[in-house]
Amino acid sequence: MEKFEKLTAIAAPMALINIDTDMIIPKQFLKTIKRSGLGVSAFHEMRYNLDGTDNPDFVLNKDAYKGVNILVAGDNFGCGSSREHAPWALLDFGIRCVISTSFADIFYNNCFKNGILPVIVTEDELQLLMKDAGKGSNARMVVDLENQSVETSDGEVITFDVDQHSKHCLINGLDDIGLTLEKIASIDAFESQMAHSAPWV
Amino acid sequence: MAPKTLYDKIWDAHMAHEADDGTCLLYIDRHLVHEVTSPQAFEGLRMTGRTVRAPEKTIAVPDHNVPTTLDRLKGIENEESRIQVDALDTNAREFGLVYYPVDDVRQGIVHIIGPEQGWTLPGMTIVCGDSHTATHGAFGSLAHGIGTSEVEHVLATQTLIQKKSKNMKVEITGKLSLGVTAKDITLAVIGVTGTAGGTGYVIEYCGEAIRNLSMEGRMTVCNMAIEGGARAGMIAPDETTFDYCKGRPNAPTGETWDAALAYWKTLYSDDDVHFDKVITMKGEDIAPVVTWGTSPEDVLPITAHVPAAKDFEGGKVGAAQRSLDYMGLTPGTPLQDITIDTVFIGSCTNGRIEDLRAAAAILKGQKIKEGMRAMIVPGSGLVRAQAEEEGLADIFKDAGFEWRLAGCSMCLAMNPDQLQPGERCAATSNRNFEGRQGRGGRTHLMSPAMAAAAAITGKLTDVREMM
Repeated sequence: MEKFEKLTAIAAPMALINIDTDMIIPKQFLKTIKRSGLGVSAFHEMRYNLDGTDNPDFVLNKDAYKGVNILVAGDNFGCGSSREHAPWALLDFGIRCVISTSFADIFYNNCFKNGILPVIVTEDELQLLMKDAGKGSNARMVVDLENQSVETSDGEVITFDVDQHSKHCLINGLDDIGLTLEKIASIDAFESQMAHSAPWV
Repeated sequence: MAPKTLYDKIWDAHMAHEADDGTCLLYIDRHLVHEVTSPQAFEGLRMTGRTVRAPEKTIAVPDHNVPTTLDRLKGIENEESRIQVDALDTNAREFGLVYYPVDDVRQGIVHIIGPEQGWTLPGMTIVCGDSHTATHGAFGSLAHGIGTSEVEHVLATQTLIQKKSKNMKVEITGKLSLGVTAKDITLAVIGVTGTAGGTGYVIEYCGEAIRNLSMEGRMTVCNMAIEGGARAGMIAPDETTFDYCKGRPNAPTGETWDAALAYWKTLYSDDDVHFDKVITMKGEDIAPVVTWGTSPEDVLPITAHVPAAKDFEGGKVGAAQRSLDYMGLTPGTPLQDITIDTVFIGSCTNGRIEDLRAAAAILKGQKIKEGMRAMIVPGSGLVRAQAEEEGLADIFKDAGFEWRLAGCSMCLAMNPDQLQPGERCAATSNRNFEGRQGRGGRTHLMSPAMAAAAAITGKLTDVREMM
């Protein structure tokens, strides 16, 4: 997993609330047995017309957002299906950070496993960042995980909370299976105790 | 000892390790696996030289991609779907998992066969790379969806790195009125909480109306906890639960059953325990409901009218307008004037025997509206067999329904069962998202009885008028 330390990048505004994982990556692209290559299909139905041409009204199709790495989105981003194809598609598209007032639980966890930082801010802060993202390629937003801060192109700084274990893994690009396997003795002990106390499991 | 919720008790009983920073390793009792969210996880195991720690606790079944037409054993036409189902077959056999292949009569939707086969039992921790894993909470287990990276983590370690959620109580008091079902309860709750109302919580459903539900109904309620944003939904086990579990193929027997039962009877929230959030609804106040928009929170009683965007506040104004445009609806239209062309009865929400019985009770001796495409997709091969034995299948076929084999089917349209742009479907599934059942397809969620009524009239219909 790629480390996430500090990101200085173009941000795109997606003010819509409840952007679900079906919108981020529709079901026809879940048939892959790989993690890569989904970026071209991200936001497929909003991004492409029925004939396959680009929908010019969709924010990520606009010239001002070419090379975008940050999304600033409406409440409850990533709701619905657990598909990790959603963060895979975002990552493959180039998104390393999503900022919203809330995220669906499974999507939120999935982001951390893939080197994407989900940032939770207040409604007022979101409006400020949404406005800044509206400047497109004329502006750069700075997301600093170490200091848990987002800085607008005008120099306004917002701080955010993040779980310290998730932060540690993301900053260092750690594989958490490896970390868990270091505690294998505890798991072994738990399992033998369960085999005795709850043999039906 | 401090009082505990049901969730607290199961959490505490599965704590395999707690680090100084509060990071917990939760032991997982059952890991359910399907073909869509697992191939990358097995690939990850191979690349790192790891293996499946507890194959006997890992249950695999293909359900999302499988065709549900009667000729499906001739093979899957779509190449990508076939590769994905074949990959599961290879992985299940190579790693020695419990496996129900597509030609096994016990095959079905993962959340239907887990309980049916007795893999799902009270007090367990159950995960699956599928958000509707919440279904299993109906047994008083802690069950939730995970991503593919977490699937790999559970395969390799039989644990999950977790942070505890908050406790939320949803109490449905009193009795349900005629024509009101578990689906109406769960939709009505989301209508109140919104799709983010449960974010950060595990919901415990309780109250007389929940207590009076069958296991099938309880599974329907918990299934959609995720649609309210909750990590999991659960219901304390009782005699209804124990009766359902007893005699299932993988349930304990003899002395082990007795020991299990004694433990299961301790699984309830203590009397004076604190919940971080409480929602109470009267069963009598819940009507048969349908969704009008593209979020499961867009719920209204069938007797209501299509709302206008200005009826909402904040970000919901724009979202409602987008929904109305997508759904092709005009504000003020009575919901019962909305015509439909497709009916889908099935899914992990409503693909169990009780759901089929409810649909059959409405369809008996009736015909579906001319030109209607209507299909019933049982949740498992065993549900299908039982429906045939009870004569339900004949009722469906006589009414003009297609009687399919088991799978997820048109709930998410990964197999050939899809809506075309502009088609409008009365569906018993769980999501009415844009494009969910096919690009441009329009979905109205409702109970099996309501969907059956709509199939007959060709419009969204108040099923109470047919009872």
